[in-house]
Amino acid sequence: MANSSASSNAPAKKLNLSRFKNLEFVLGILLAGGIGLAVALSWLLFPDGGRAVNLMARLTPPFADPAHLLGTDPLGRDILARVIIGGRISLTVGIVSTAGAVIIGVIMGLIAGYYRGIWDMVVMRFADIQLALPFILLAITFIAIIGGGLVNTIILLIVSQWVQYARLVRGSVLALREREFVQSARAIGVKDINIILRHLLPNLLGPVIVLMTINVANNILLESSLTFLGLGVDPTIPSWGGMLAEGRTYLQTAWWISVFPGVAILLTVLGLNLLGDWLRDTLDPTGRTRI
Amino acid sequence: MAKFIFYRILQAIFVVFAVTLTVSFAIRLTGDPAIMLSQGAGSITEADLERIREALGLNRPFLVQYWDFVSGVFVGDFGRSFMGGTSVGALIARALPATLMLALVSLFLSIVISIPLGITAAVSRGKWADQAIRILSLVGLSFPNFWLAIMLVLVFSITFRLLPPSGMEGPISFIMPAATMAIILTATNVRLVRTTMLETLRSQYVMVARAKGLSETKVLYKHALRNCAIPLVTYFGLQFGGLLGGIVVIERVFNWPGLGTLAFEAVAARDYPVLQAVITVLSLLIVSINLLVDIAYGLLDPRIRTE
Repeated sequence: MANSSASSNAPAKKLNLSRFKNLEFVLGILLAGGIGLAVALSWLLFPDGGRAVNLMARLTPPFADPAHLLGTDPLGRDILARVIIGGRISLTVGIVSTAGAVIIGVIMGLIAGYYRGIWDMVVMRFADIQLALPFILLAITFIAIIGGGLVNTIILLIVSQWVQYARLVRGSVLALREREFVQSARAIGVKDINIILRHLLPNLLGPVIVLMTINVANNILLESSLTFLGLGVDPTIPSWGGMLAEGRTYLQTAWWISVFPGVAILLTVLGLNLLGDWLRDTLDPTGRTRI
Repeated sequence: MAKFIFYRILQAIFVVFAVTLTVSFAIRLTGDPAIMLSQGAGSITEADLERIREALGLNRPFLVQYWDFVSGVFVGDFGRSFMGGTSVGALIARALPATLMLALVSLFLSIVISIPLGITAAVSRGKWADQAIRILSLVGLSFPNFWLAIMLVLVFSITFRLLPPSGMEGPISFIMPAATMAIILTATNVRLVRTTMLETLRSQYVMVARAKGLSETKVLYKHALRNCAIPLVTYFGLQFGGLLGGIVVIERVFNWPGLGTLAFEAVAARDYPVLQAVITVLSLLIVSINLLVDIAYGLLDPRIRTE
């Protein structure tokens, strides 16, 4: 299966898209890296954590006061500072939840694909259940039980996302285990654990890395939706979703509160998606992670 | 084939049971509705709470309550809401069409836009049109749906006062919610159409159609598109779950009287029967659409059945 799709997709690689692909890579790095850097430096740039209230300067429009380039909110807090600080939540949630999902999903997928049997059935049935339940409904119920907050949001994202890695890895393992190098390793009596770690894992990392990049982007979107709905991170901590929820009340009078945090989400996610797209062409030419 | 269908139906039934069982169990951990109901009622004793629980049937063992719910669903009875005793079936009957209509309008809009765009991208593969569509699709994928909705409200309701910012009154209120969903769906669908079309264009009957001198439009839209239909319908069908999930969020922004709004209100009030019913209906809907898609695909393409 993997072999036949590889050969049918091969002619696509002949086209010379390198100039465009490089542009995609550069743009992606600039956006994701730039925002990541700004967020990392936020502890130095804004030691007050964006909490400085200044009622004299409340609801300053953007580009009017050089001290508040993107304007201020109803408490006179600087929007630019809060947007950069808000990135801490989004990036932390995006990266940590993806890492957790990858670890669980890859292990489960390896076991399911290599040993088949009951494990395989359990993992695949989990996948079915997950496909039938929209994430946001799972989230509503889950958060109602264990409450919101940063850690719970991360747990929720891990619980709902590991399955896609398990499915991807399982599929690749099913194809790989029939290949000659795996069969011969088994024939000469290499231990299962060594076959999995030395022969299977390195051969399926490409698609996993691609999926991870896109998954960080997606989890940033999901976290901001949850926080926006009041189900995610504590609203008193500056976060993009939380700022957007606050801004809705002032949509009539102060549009900038609702615009800039959204732009920040859009640019971060776009940067990651551009990188993911570039990585896919580089690491996953057979297109297993293609939507 | 009969075996394949039988197996798929069995699997679907299992999934629906697993989902409803988990949700009914989970929601009972979220808090005591008796306490929620008695809030603001002055001094409440434990005996009063116990009486409320008894009246709502909450003092029975969980499996009894679950069985009660499941056997009710089979005869179309979803029980009564804890808040005011309205029939849950009636609440669902009011909310489901609102959500479904929005979903179908969005999906239709998105298909109408993505087919020509996807075909254009496939035909001009590697050229500037393809790259432009690719970048646009990446941008579309990067939008937080609720923020896109807020931006539409900002532009069309607040700045230009053209469209109503919320509610469902007549066709005009469909424009913004459907546009939000359609933009995000189109981002994915364009790529699906493009990929499917590229595969089809490589096949021999397309070469034959071209060789016999048919116009390019006829080749693309009559011969190639028709053969893309099966995989595309499958993709669109499988998207339905995600689409409904997105609509749940969008409903909050537009105050849309659908299942999402109903679910949020139910969680806030610990209204078990309502939330249970919303999730059951949604998962039934998604599972049966996936099932239909799978069976249809299995009938049309024998290679799938061996999976």
